[in-house]
Amino acid sequence: MTSATAKAQPPTFTRRKPPANVRRRRFLVTVADHSFLIAAALVFLAPFVFIVLTAFMTNDQALSPDLWPHPFRFQNFADVFSEAPLWRYALNSLIYGGLATLFLLASSIPVAYALAKLRWRGREAAFLIVLVAMLLPPQVTVIPVYVMWAKLHLVGSLWPLILPNLLGDAFSIFLLRQFFLTIPDEYLDAARVDGCGEFRILTTVVLRLAKPAIAAVALFSFLFCFNDFFGPLLYTGESPDNWTLSVGLAQFRTVHQVQWNLTMAATLIVIAPVVVLFFLAQRAFVEGVTLTGVKG
Amino acid sequence: MRPAEPKGCPLADVRFDHATKIYPGTDAPAVDALDLHIEDGEFVVLVGPSGSGKTTALRMLAGLEEVDDGAIYIGDRDVTYLAPKKRDVAMVFQNYALYPYLTVEANIGFPLRIAGIKKEERARRVREVAELLGLEPYLQRKPGQLSGGQRQRVAMGRAIVREPSVFLMDEPLSNLDAQLRVQMRADIAALQSRLGVTTVYVTHDQAEAMTLGNRVVVMSDGHVQQCGPPRELYEAPVNTFVAGFIGSPAMNLLTLPVEGSAVRLGGERVPVPAGATSNGRSTLVVGFRPEALDLATEGIPAEVEVVEEVGADAYVFCVAEVAGETTKLVARTDWRSAPERGARVKLKPQPDEAHVFDLETGERIGET
Ligand SMILES: Nc1ncnc2c1ncn2[C@@H]1O[C@H](COP(=O)(O)OP(=O)(O)OP(=O)(O)O)[C@@H](O)[C@H]1O
Ligand SMILES: [Mg+2]
Repeated sequence: MTSATAKAQPPTFTRRKPPANVRRRRFLVTVADHSFLIAAALVFLAPFVFIVLTAFMTNDQALSPDLWPHPFRFQNFADVFSEAPLWRYALNSLIYGGLATLFLLASSIPVAYALAKLRWRGREAAFLIVLVAMLLPPQVTVIPVYVMWAKLHLVGSLWPLILPNLLGDAFSIFLLRQFFLTIPDEYLDAARVDGCGEFRILTTVVLRLAKPAIAAVALFSFLFCFNDFFGPLLYTGESPDNWTLSVGLAQFRTVHQVQWNLTMAATLIVIAPVVVLFFLAQRAFVEGVTLTGVKG
Repeated sequence: MRPAEPKGCPLADVRFDHATKIYPGTDAPAVDALDLHIEDGEFVVLVGPSGSGKTTALRMLAGLEEVDDGAIYIGDRDVTYLAPKKRDVAMVFQNYALYPYLTVEANIGFPLRIAGIKKEERARRVREVAELLGLEPYLQRKPGQLSGGQRQRVAMGRAIVREPSVFLMDEPLSNLDAQLRVQMRADIAALQSRLGVTTVYVTHDQAEAMTLGNRVVVMSDGHVQQCGPPRELYEAPVNTFVAGFIGSPAMNLLTLPVEGSAVRLGGERVPVPAGATSNGRSTLVVGFRPEALDLATEGIPAEVEVVEEVGADAYVFCVAEVAGETTKLVARTDWRSAPERGARVKLKPQPDEAHVFDLETGERIGET
């Protein structure tokens, strides 16, 4: 069928550059257009630069007004690991973030699907209840919930933070539902006719179509757990073996109050994975947020 | 090697028995007591204006909409309350519903994968179907990398590969350009007669309906207006709705006073059936197809508004004064003898081509 046609050489183009004065004008206009953003970016970057620089200083220098490390002290990073069980904390953070995220997805996705794509009586009311749950400030429930976990003898471990995710999370359900609403019904109907039950549709079709949204929710959840300070402090404050990085970092700061250089080095080590994760998943992340954000 | 070998269940006729659907929150049924029997292997087209309930009827048959009253049978099985996956039907959707993340091969093989058919068997059947539809070169592509016509064929392939007892298609060609539509129309007709699978096809395009169906069902407002072979619908529409809907351009429908046993139109005496005047009707609706109006030297005086040339034919759209009212009329003529726009012409009806309807009910008055 495919007839072999002689491939012509692609014509070579030299794209003409706009004249110099036009280019200069454009550059200046671009800078002017973004001046506010550039200023804001500098403000946000400043503390980060300060952390990085301090992390390489000697302790004496860290307390001086100097901004540029001299000499660069790389030993700080090694010292951090010998001063505190960072690996242990990292593992705990990973367990907390990983399991919580896994549980949260397993529980929230089916709920969001039912709220978005199945027709049943009381669906709108149920969704409203989910929304209301989002309005409830966590401080309101923290004491009774703590008492409950204490009675279950789980205080001191990370389980009080992980297990509740099995019951779904209002914000994730909301986000996923909004995304599921944008999936055309024909995909689901086609799957129904082709032999899928609802659960099968969810696992084979919806999960694939909603990948960006699910990735976004997973990232949100993981980052929340990773950054969570209040939760681990509350439940594992007395048992350092179960500390997460966020709690470990804070303790580190109080123990080594004067050693700002080590504190900053530790901080860098802790935020590094988050930054890497964000850059790796940036596209899915942003896509998921915009996709879920626009509709509804 | 035909993909659809004769299967265990020989009869796959479809029967709607007073099937009714009322969407929640609406009072008028979208499909109202639909009675329809589709023979095994028949190609039936549901046609009607937008909102007439065609899609709803099809989805009821697929099991995607609950049946609120009546029943639906496929073969000798009552499927009224059966889940879609148990009905052994395959459906082609208007937007094809191809999974964007799967290759063409995986899309076609999807129903087989769900049915748990082994990989080798699956690959073999997908290859057969791809061959049948000319899709072999595209098997490894994603739907996003295909043209509209190719996507359409993939959607057909996904339906065929299952060897279902009934095919359902909801406006499968409406996203294609005119030329491709005509070609795919022929392909679908050929494919269906080759596979011999009972097919229910929904369209709002009456030309598609007339060329595809063994039988055409004209629907409006959830009711069947008429059901029959295309020729019958064209030659003997049962009411003014079908008369106006089937045929393009539409039939000229004129409201005329009765004089004795005839109506008078442009100096021509058009006899009407004896039954037409029996119950004292003084006015009738009389219809003429465009080909039953000739440009002549005498007849209804009219002014040409638009002339549409369609290959060898030309349709002449005119305004005329008929029975005291300004009416639009369409006549068909040879393109060579088509008048200029703005010209004054005379339209002469062919008396024995008249369709006569009751003014009130719109029902056809037969030649009894
Ligand atoms: N989900 C729904 N909820 C409420 N009413 C509906 C729903 N779907 C369709 N309807 C109504 O039912 C009637 C029939 O709709 P249906 O989709 O069957 O029409 P159709 O003949 O397929 O039209 P089209 O040619 O535009 O596709 C319409 O009046 C429509 O408004
Ligand atoms: Mg429709």
